[in-house]
This record gives sequence, C-alpha cells and structure tokens, in this order.
Amino acid sequence: MSKKYCAYLCSGCGIGDALDLDELNGVVANEMSMECKVHSCMCGADGRGLIQKDIEEGVNAIVIGACSPRVMTKEFDFGEDKIVVRANLREQVIWSEVKPVEGQEPHKEAAAFLQETAADYMRMACTRAKKTELPEPYKLETINKTIMVMGGGIAGLTAASEASAAGYQVLLVEKEDKLGGKAIGWRKSFPTKAPWTDLEENPVDALIAKVTSDRNISIKTGTEVARIGGAPGNFAVSFKPTGAKTEWDAPAKVGVDEQDLIDKGQKEDPNAGLKKYTEVDPSATIVGSVVLATGWKPADVSKYEHLGYGAIKNVVTNVEFEQLAKAGKVPANVAFIQSPGGAEDDKDFPYCNSVTSMVALKQAQYVCSDNQDGKAYILYQHMRTPGHMELFYKSAQQNNGIFMTKANVTKVEEKTGKLAVVAENTLLGENLVLDVDMVVLAAGMEPTTLHENTINLAYRQGPAFSDLDLFDGYADSHFICFPYETRRTGIYTCGGVRKAETIEETIDDATGAALKAIQCLESTDRGVSVHPRSGDATYPEFFMQRCTQCKRCTEECPFGALDDDAKGTPLPNPTRCRRCGTCMGACPERIIGFKDYNIDLIGSMVKAIEVPEDDEDRLRIIVFACENDAYPALDMSGMKRNGLNHMIRVIPVRCLGSVNMAWIRDALSAGMDGAMLLGCTYGDNYQCHFVKGSEIANKRMENIGDTLSSLGLESERCAAEQVAITDYDKIPAILNDFVDQIVEMGPNPFKGF
Amino acid sequence: MTDEQGTSGAILVVGGGISGLTAALEAAEVGNDVVLIEKGPSFGGRVAQLNKYFPKLCPPSCGLEINFKRIKANRRIRTYTMTTVKSVAGGPGNYEVTLEIAPRYVNSNCTACGDCAAACPDEIPNAFNFGMNMSKAAYLPHEMAFPRRYVIEKASLSSAGAEAVKSACKYDAVDLDMKTETVKIQVASIIWATGWTPYDAKKIDNLKFGTSDAIITNMMMERMASANGPTKGVVSRPGDGKAIDSIAFVQCAGSRDENHLEYCSHICCMATFKQMTYVREQYPDAKIYVFYIDLRTPGKYEKFREERMSDANALFIKGKVAQINSESDGGVTVIAENAVTGEKLSQKVDMVVLATGMQPELAVQGAPIAMNLDSSGFVISDMDKGIIAAGCAKKAADVVTTTQSSTAAALKAIQVSRR
Repeated sequence: MSKKYCAYLCSGCGIGDALDLDELNGVVANEMSMECKVHSCMCGADGRGLIQKDIEEGVNAIVIGACSPRVMTKEFDFGEDKIVVRANLREQVIWSEVKPVEGQEPHKEAAAFLQETAADYMRMACTRAKKTELPEPYKLETINKTIMVMGGGIAGLTAASEASAAGYQVLLVEKEDKLGGKAIGWRKSFPTKAPWTDLEENPVDALIAKVTSDRNISIKTGTEVARIGGAPGNFAVSFKPTGAKTEWDAPAKVGVDEQDLIDKGQKEDPNAGLKKYTEVDPSATIVGSVVLATGWKPADVSKYEHLGYGAIKNVVTNVEFEQLAKAGKVPANVAFIQSPGGAEDDKDFPYCNSVTSMVALKQAQYVCSDNQDGKAYILYQHMRTPGHMELFYKSAQQNNGIFMTKANVTKVEEKTGKLAVVAENTLLGENLVLDVDMVVLAAGMEPTTLHENTINLAYRQGPAFSDLDLFDGYADSHFICFPYETRRTGIYTCGGVRKAETIEETIDDATGAALKAIQCLESTDRGVSVHPRSGDATYPEFFMQRCTQCKRCTEECPFGALDDDAKGTPLPNPTRCRRCGTCMGACPERIIGFKDYNIDLIGSMVKAIEVPEDDEDRLRIIVFACENDAYPALDMSGMKRNGLNHMIRVIPVRCLGSVNMAWIRDALSAGMDGAMLLGCTYGDNYQCHFVKGSEIANKRMENIGDTLSSLGLESERCAAEQVAITDYDKIPAILNDFVDQIVEMGPNPFKGF
Repeated sequence: MTDEQGTSGAILVVGGGISGLTAALEAAEVGNDVVLIEKGPSFGGRVAQLNKYFPKLCPPSCGLEINFKRIKANRRIRTYTMTTVKSVAGGPGNYEVTLEIAPRYVNSNCTACGDCAAACPDEIPNAFNFGMNMSKAAYLPHEMAFPRRYVIEKASLSSAGAEAVKSACKYDAVDLDMKTETVKIQVASIIWATGWTPYDAKKIDNLKFGTSDAIITNMMMERMASANGPTKGVVSRPGDGKAIDSIAFVQCAGSRDENHLEYCSHICCMATFKQMTYVREQYPDAKIYVFYIDLRTPGKYEKFREERMSDANALFIKGKVAQINSESDGGVTVIAENAVTGEKLSQKVDMVVLATGMQPELAVQGAPIAMNLDSSGFVISDMDKGIIAAGCAKKAADVVTTTQSSTAAALKAIQVSRR
C-alpha cells in the first residue's frame, strides 16, 4: 500500500490548555516529517470532516493525538482500507500528570515534562503508522464447512440438529452401534415446565428420529475418531471401528528430551507403529469444525468401602437403578444416598453438580409409582435443586412415600436378606437405621476427557486438551465469561464433557456449541480470528529462512497452533491461531510478526522515544502494558486523575506473551533506564485472555535479569507486575515506586553509547 | 424515522447486560446484523455492579472490557442505550419493532471530559450504588461505563444547575430540550435478555430491611466492596461506618419461599461464600455466621465452599432466619432455629447481609408486548415465533450458565433469519 500520512492534534478536553500544540505540531512535522493539523474538537462532526476531506484527497494513514484509542472508536473509524493510529494524549498524558502535593509548588519543569511525554507519544504514534501495513486476511484455498459432532447422545444429537437447522452439513460420529448415548437408558426425564412437578417423556427417541431423517446430517455409528489433523476449515479426520488400533491413532506427545532418550534406545517409543503426527491420512475425511459431545462416565464409587458398592448385592449406582427402572419394576424400599458421608463429611460425591439430587427425586417417584406401599428414603447433606427444580423438590416433600432428611451415612450392611443403612446427624434429632431392599448411590458424572484423550488431535502439543487438571478434567479455558472457549480453536464442547448437566441444560448447551462451531467456520471463511481478538484480519507471518528450529514458538503457543517438521521448523496453522503473538514474543531470531504488530514496529516505537543524556530528572522507563486489562486500567487511572511519573512511557501490547525480549534490550541499549511488563494475573486462577501469555512473559523476564547482570546492569531495572483491570488506583503506585527505585539506582550507565 | 440499515435477517437483542452482550456478539460474529438495546445509560447490566465473580474472584469488568472491545470492532452491531421496546408488529422473519429512546440530555458531541459533572451543583442518589451515596445530576454511571458518555437526570436539575451544566460544556453536548424519540427497525427475531433485579427486601417483613442501617442486601455488599463503590471498597456498617467484628449472612432471603420467590435463585449461596472473602480480607478475626437451608454449591463450586468452611471464625447454621431485631447500639440480633439440633439461636452481630434472590426484571417492569411469561415472570421462548429468552430473563442462573444460554439463543435467532 502506498501511504499518504497526516497527523491530527485535538486541543479539546483540556489538551490544548495543558500542552503547547504548536510545538507538538513542530515535532510531528519536523522530526516525523508528517503534516499535522490542529482542531478544537477532533471527534466532533467538524473535526472528523477535516479528516474526511483529507481522506478524499488521498490521505490513508491517519495519526490522531487525542483521547484513548478505547473511546471514540466509531467516530475515528474511516473504513477498513485506512490505517488509524491513536496517541493517547488525554487519559495517559494530561490526565495522568502528577499533581503537586497540596501546599507545594509544582516542579519548575512540570510543563516541560508533560510536553516531552506528549511529544514521545506522538513520535511513537507516527512511527507506528509508518510501520503498519493493512492486513491481508489468511484465506484457505478451499474451506470445508461441515461440522463434525463427536458423540451421539443428547448433546451430540442436539448439536447436529441445531447446526443443520441453520443450514450446515453435519457428520455425526458415535462409538456405539446405535444413537442415543446414555439417555436411551432413562425411563423418564425431569420436569422442564410449570408446574415443575411432573416427570416428562424422555426426549431421546424423538431426537434420534429427527436426526436420522435429517438430510443435512450423515451418521457414522460403531466408529471412533483415530486422529484429527489439520486446522479449522480443513480438519482431516481418520476414523476407525470402535476399539480398533490403527496406525492413524493420534500419537502421544513426545518432548525434546524424551525424543533424545528414544533415539538413544533408552526409552520405549510410545508412538511405535503409529504414523507421525504431521502425516496426512490420504483417506481422511475433511471437516470444518468440531463439536465434542462425548459425554460422561459414571464415577467409580467402590472406593467408599463403608457404602458397600461392589461388595454388597443390591447396592447400585443411580445409573444402574435407572436402567432397572427402564427395564421394569423397581423395589419397594429404597434408600438414595447423595453424599458419601464418613470422612468426606458434607460434600456430594465428586462430579455430581446438582444433577444427582434431581435424579434421586425422579427415582424416588419410580419407587412410589411402581409399588403400592413404596417407600423411598433420600439421605442428603444438601439438596441441590436450582431454579424451578425447587418446585420438583417441594412436590417430593409432599409425596407420602418419599422421606428426606439431611444425614451423614456411616454404613451400609447386609441384614437378613435386606440392607441396613446407618446414618447420623439427621433432622429427626436421632441416629437412623433404615431397612431397605436396595441402596442407590449418587455416583458422579465424570467427563470422558478426565481419563482419555477423547479428541485425539494429531498436534505438536499432543492429542488432548492442555492443563485439564486446572478444570477438574473439563475442557475449559475461560470458565465464567467465555465458557465455550477451549485451548484448541475450532473445537467446542458441550454436555457431560463440559459439566454434569440435566437433559434440559444439555440441549441448551449443545445449541451454544453448535453456534460456536458455525462461528468459527464463518470467521475462518472471512480470514479473521475468533475470540478474543474476534475479527482480527492479521495473522503471524514467519520468515523461515532465518529460523533456527529452536522450537520455542511451537512449545509456547497457548493454542497449539504450530506444528513442526522433522527438523523442527514450525508449520503454522493460521486458522488455529488466536493472534496473541506469543510466538512472536518467543522467537529469539525475531522472524515472526503481524502486518500491524511486529518486532520492528514496536522496536521502532521504543527507539522513537527521546532519551535525554545526563539529566537525572529525565530518565526514561518503558512500560509494556497488556491492552486487555492493564491498558484500560491506566485509562481509568487517568480518568481519576491519578498521577503517573513523567518518566514513564507506555506501549500497549496484544498480550504480555507477545513481548519479545529484544524490545527490552533495545530499550536499555538505547539508554532507557528501566522496563516493566504490566499484565494479567497468572496461575490457577489466571485472568490472561490468552491463558498462558502473562505466565510465559514472567518466565522470560526472569531470564532477562541474568542477561542484564552479565552486561553489568542491575537486574532490578526490569520487572513484571500482575494487575487486574480494576487496579486503577493501585497501578500508579506500582509504576511510580518502580521509577523511584530506578532513580535511586541512577541512570543507565550505557546512556549515550 | 425508519431505520435505513435494517435488514430482513437482523436480530434484536433486548437488554445489554452480560447475557444480551453475549447473544449480540455471538450472533454478529457469525455474520448477522444485530441491534442491541439497553434501558439504562450504559451497557454491562448487573455484572457491572459486582465487585468480583465467584469462584475465580476476578473482576467482571475484565470480561466486559473484552466484550465492549468486540462491539467497537464489529460493524454489524448497532447499539442503543436508554432504549426500550414500545411495540412489535409483523411476525417471525419480518418483525417491525418500534423502539423508544428516552432523552439522555447529552448528545453525541459529548467527549466525556467531565466538565458538566464538575460544574453541576445538584446531587442525586447514586442508583448504581443502590443509593448508598450521591452522584451529580450530570454524571457518568461509573468509570468503566460504555458508552463513555455522560447522562443528565433533568428532573433533579435546579435552574442554576441547568445553566451551570450547559455553560460548562465546551462541545455543545448538553441538550436539555431533548425529547423522547422513536425508531422503527426491521428484524427477523427478538432475543429477550432483560435480566433480573434484586428481590425487594422490604417485602420480607420479618427481615426488617430498611429499619436499620445494619441490614444490607448482598448487592449492596458488592457495591460496598468495590473500589469504585460508595465506601471505596471499605466494608463497614452504613450510617456509622463501624468496623465489622461480627456479621451474619441470611440465605434464601425471599427465595425458596412461596410468599416471595417460589424458586431457588441459584447464585446466592456462592455469592455469600464470595462475600465472606471480602469480609475476611478486611477483618481477619471477624466472626461470620451463615444461616442457610441447603448450601447449593454444586460441582466446580464445592472446592470454593470447602475453603470458606475451613475458616475457624465462620459458623454455618442450617436453619431459616425467623426474625431480625435492631439493637440500640446500631447492631442487630438474628433469630433462627437450628434445624439439626432444634436449638433456638439468637445471635447479635454488627451487620447482616440478606442474600436476596433474583427476580426477573419483567416481573417488576411488566412485559412491553404480549409474550409468554411464567407465573414468576420468566420469559418462555417461542421458537416458532422467533421470540427467544436468554440468561436470567429465562431462569435464575450464574454467569457461566447465562453466557452459555445466550450463545444458544444466538443460534436460535440465526435459524429464524435463515428459514
């Protein structure tokens, strides 16, 4: 693109009062060689008209020195074919000026400090505009828009049917010989409508009929996925008969050190006989995106020895009892145990969610309806019947055949052909011994991802989702705000594999997963990113000639977007990429970059900052701030007129993971005095939108400390801090204290070299 | 005025809280045109008022910021604040919806410089903080408000105030003559994401809300614990600001009660466990009493409950609170019966938090058009008609369930556009 630049300075919102805009204009015009215009209200119709008029005369790269890039976004949107760079003169310059302590005079050079800060922000913005190129979206040569649904239970059937109803082709894969999953064993299902008291027909048969007659849906039963290679829009799936072992089974992840041992013959190759993960199965089926609905497995409850499962006849799980109920009549006296009791005290069985409370209420109804004098005893610690299911619970309370009490079950034993259930701490004010025909344990619903790879990816980072232990085995990555996001782009989970759910919840959940699978296809088709940088048309480009096969990018990508060849050269899969730039931050050769965000661009911005020599009042500290949380927090800080030290210069980054240590070295070798990374909380409750970015950046910073020491610089000149978006009143202190420390250390000794 | 951009496949999303934002974004990112309307002056809804989310204890504005960014970057979404549905004509696939836009008294010239608020002499109870402090009558709803544009409560403006805000604005953004406007849009389907409102605690006579400063609701606690709240994050007794030595949480305040809300509000147990962390952070030794019927912290939430229950200074009593009485020293006494021991309890505390439940907003506001509501006021979807319920307009739910159900609602709406 041939660029025609123009810069605009807004004098509104106090900018013109606080700064000498003529002088700033001079910096832009003379140093940056860019025409510069001033207007009293750039975001108003008149101000935008001024820009629009220049655009008509050919300007296509626009620098605006005004408010934060987070506001007035529609006002300063001049179309996708224009480059717009904003310099945040309002929130982060004039509103962030340090106020003198009450009663004291402002620093005699305060106005000059502010002017210098503004000038640096304009220099950086102009540099950014010069280095930015318009994105050219990555488009697949051919995109496949079929959605593969793994699992033919309620979740899978629903996802298939809902995707079809929106006009998509679906390939439904079920490992068993028939569709329906576990739900075909259920006699009835929970109430889903007012008055919330009556059991309903199990919807599974109707759903199977609907799906099997749907011409958009093709079905493979008795089939498993051996491996999934490729990327969204072009996944290559190898199938196999259920239980078979094939050479196309997804290989296990083998680390670099492990591979070394295998090569030396000191370790057995776990992938012996398997095709390498990069090999493409010539008979693979191509699909566009995947819904994982492989469901759950009943948890093993035999470990609770006092309850007798596996040792005592007629102690069964809730799943087994349901099958019994489906097949015929259930016994007349049944105890339902909701919590393991004993040492576990008042917790439910693991992986229950609230589903098993409602299952017990349902099954208690079977006891009463199948037997004239049927008696069901529900022994719980906490009945969990959220929302309207409270009314289902209440109706059970009014049923003469159902007895319910809070109780701590200490023992189940055989007693003359019957079973005795011993419980304490009941609401009856006394310990309890129940004589029953059968005991039903509320076994949890463990996601299939807990024990198996399930998704069987042929990816460099291995066949399963990453870090599942953080989420109890569920394939989450952003539990709460963005529940469908997994660590593998284009693969969305629903049903039991996401949470223990009722049928009603599963149907809703599967509909949402179908939406995400569709959205991924449409985004891929447009060549743009999915969440969280939705719509971003840039993607990382690699200058492979200079790659040294260090494998850092392939290892560190939080989303497993990069595969590699036999030598270790990365094989990018742009449609798996979320555009965080962690690969760019990882690369020691600096060969990875985006059209509008790359090593040279940010490095040049760093170098555009004026670094005065021999002036202890004018040290320069660079702050790389995560644009998702830290940067908005800095804006809020400005809105609240918290003062930021005038020596600080902030550059927003896509994620701390994208910060390449070259920028820090550039800053320090340019004579800047300190560098700080400001990003999100990491660890078990991470808040990083790219999951691993802030954690990785912190590790890199630890290493750079050593590098600095070897150069004779204090390692304390570099720091990384974790902040939340709400820390706007704490951030100034964090930054200003850091500046104070640097001031105490004195200027960078390399200044001027 | 007729909307020239309306397309036959567009989706109207009513309500700009986390549910409406999610539904709108998920549909627009597939490629559909979306109109997102919000009754209040800014987006974010109830979650914007929360200090933290359970169980991660992370700030809701973190996720909201990403969603706002997605909206700003998406040319397919048009947003309206201070806007409600006035009427709906036509049928699925071609609804004509008349929207009513209440006057903001601040036009699009506003740069959010804040000069009007600085100049405004008139104050109003701060609704965002449940009236626990005052704000100017010309105000930004809160720091993170999106859109970042001021709003004026004209009815509370004195004539001097009107003059002051007008003359303070350098951008001709204050327009006190602004009138209610109507806009007609064409859409294929409507997603109702009108959310919830805290159940009015005054209706629960025995809990005496409103008779003592020491009795607050869980939503008031959220604002109090927030750094941008009325006390800048300090948890203390309203009125006299007493530090907390003892505090009681009363669960099911209105919920699971046929005289109030017959259903379980789903989130109040976890909200209380979360709020225990607010108290504990500021008062390491305060005594905490939780009165409950059942502790509903299923699945992933069990771990969070376990951590709170291991607190040696926290006592959990299974029993419904019968009565709360004010004491002369500003504190209150909570009276309940322990359901396990049968023992009658009378516990004096400095402050009590009523874990009030969720009532669907439409139960309070009334449905603006003829539509199916259940007896509690939750919206019942009518998929054939392209009327789709999402989030807490549909059922009481936590945030993760809400965002999930709103994603599902987006697909149901898209299906109508493609019929």
